[in-house]
Amino acid sequence: MTAAKDDIHVAVRNLEKIYKLPKGGAVTALQNIDLDIDRGEFISVVGPSGCGKSTLLKCIAGIADISDGDIKVDGIEVTAPPDHMAIVFQRDILLDWRTVLDNILLPIEFRRQRKAGWTKKASELLHLIGLPDYERRHSWELSGGQRQRVAICRALIQDPRLLLMDEPFGALDALTRDDLNLELQRIWMTSKKTVLFITHSIGEAVLLSDRVVVMAADPGRIIETISIDLPRPRTLDTRETPEFGRYAKHIRKCFEELGVLKSSN
Amino acid sequence: MNRTQSVIVVLGGFLLIWEAWVRIAGVPAYFLPAPSAIFIEIAQNPGWYARHSAYTIGACLLGFFMALVIGVMAAIGIVYSKLLENTLYTFLVSLNSIPKIALAPLFIIWMGTNVSSKVAISMLIALFAVVIDTVLGLRSVDPDVLDMTKSMRASPLQVLWKIRFPTALPAMFAGMKVAISLALVGAIAGEFVASNVGLGYVILTAQGMMQTTRVFAAIVLLGILGTLLFYLVSLVEHFAVPWHVSQRGSIGGH
Repeated sequence: MTAAKDDIHVAVRNLEKIYKLPKGGAVTALQNIDLDIDRGEFISVVGPSGCGKSTLLKCIAGIADISDGDIKVDGIEVTAPPDHMAIVFQRDILLDWRTVLDNILLPIEFRRQRKAGWTKKASELLHLIGLPDYERRHSWELSGGQRQRVAICRALIQDPRLLLMDEPFGALDALTRDDLNLELQRIWMTSKKTVLFITHSIGEAVLLSDRVVVMAADPGRIIETISIDLPRPRTLDTRETPEFGRYAKHIRKCFEELGVLKSSN
Repeated sequence: MNRTQSVIVVLGGFLLIWEAWVRIAGVPAYFLPAPSAIFIEIAQNPGWYARHSAYTIGACLLGFFMALVIGVMAAIGIVYSKLLENTLYTFLVSLNSIPKIALAPLFIIWMGTNVSSKVAISMLIALFAVVIDTVLGLRSVDPDVLDMTKSMRASPLQVLWKIRFPTALPAMFAGMKVAISLALVGAIAGEFVASNVGLGYVILTAQGMMQTTRVFAAIVLLGILGTLLFYLVSLVEHFAVPWHVSQRGSIGGH
C-alpha cells in the first residue's frame, strides 16, 4: 500500500506560523516544520493540546495564513484551498436545516454544479459508510456517530485525493470510535487517498497510520516521525499484539520525556 | 393540565372574578364595565369594530413588513461592512434610545393624517428589534462552518444565502415576535396623535365621551389581535425552522 517514495503529495518546508496577540506580543504556533507526505500515505499527527497540530492542518488546507516557509500540494504552492482536497472536522458541523443528502451535496452546490448528477454517488457513499437509505433523514435526527459518518460522506463526495481529518472521532464514544477507525481504514485501502489524520489518541494513530508524526508544544514543532510497519488490514486485535504495544510505548515515551505524561513505571 | 387548558382556566377565572366584583359592588359602567357588557358592545357592532380593527391591523402589518425588509437589509450591511457597523449601527442604537412614540407627531407633520404616517411610526418602532436580532443571528455562525465553506471555496454570496441566513432564522424570528407587538404599539400611537379611523381612534373618542365600555371593547380587540399576530409569527416560524431545537416540540413557544 505504500506509494513510490519520490511521489510526494504534500511538501511542507520550514513552516512557521506566528499568531500576533491583540495586546501586542506574539505566539509561535508552529516552528521549523518540515514534512513530506507521500501520495496514498496515511499519516497521523499526535501531540498534546496546543501543539499546533490543527494549525498545521489548516495551513495545508489553505484556510490559515502562514508566517514563513512554504507548503506545496501536488507541487503547487498553497495560497488558497487546493483542488481535490477535503476536510473532516472534529465536530460534524452538519447544517441542521438540510437533509442528509443536501448536507453531502453542499460542496457540489458551492461549485454550482447540478446536484442531480451527484445523488447516486451520495447514496453509494451512504451505503459504504453504513447508512443506507438515510438520504431524506434530517441531520438532527441522527446520533453523534451517524452525523460524523455523514460528514465523512460530505468530504468524500468529490473524491478528493487529499483528505485532511482534524480529530474526526475525538467527540465520539469509544465503541463508535473503534468502528469508524476500521471503516476509515477500509475506505482508505480501497480509494488510495492521501490522509492526514490529526489525533491526540496514540492508539488511534498507531492503528491507522503508515507514519506517525509526534509534535510538542511551545513552540509547536515535530520531535519525531515513526514508521508503523504493521500488516494491513489492521483489526482491533492488532492492538493486542506486542508490536503494536511497542510502537504505542515508544510514542508515549516521547511525551514522557517532554513532561506531557508522567512516567507510569 | 396542558397549556391551552391552563390558559382557559386562568383567563376564565379572571373574567368571573371581574364580572362578580362589578355586579356585587355595583361598580358604575363608566368606571369599569363588566366583561359581559364589553362582549355585548362588540357583538352589537361587529361591522363597525371590524372596520376599525382592519385599519389598525393593516397599518401594523405594513409597518411590520417594511421593518422586516429594511431591517434585514440593514443587518446584512452592518454584518458585512465595518463602515456601516460604525455609522448605521451606531445611529440606530442612539435612535433607539429616543422613545419613538415621541416622534409620532413629527410623522403626522411630514406625512399627513392618512395611513402612511401610522405605517411609518409602526415601522420605526419595530425596526430596531429586527435589526438587533438579525445582526446577532448572522454573526452567530460557527467559525468551523466558516472554515469549512472556505475550504470548499464558497463565494461570499453563497455563504450569506446558504449558511448565514438559515443560521440567523431562529434569532430573526425571536426579533420578529417582539417586532410584531411593537408594530401594533406604533400603529395605535399614530392613531392617538391624529386619525379618524382605527382602534386607537376608537379609544380616544370613546374616552372623550366617557364611553368606557367602548374603550374596553377596543382594548380587548387589541389584545386578541396582538395575540393572534404573535401566534401567526410563531406558526410561520414552526414551518420555517422545523430543524431548530426550540421547534422540535410544540408550536408557539418562545
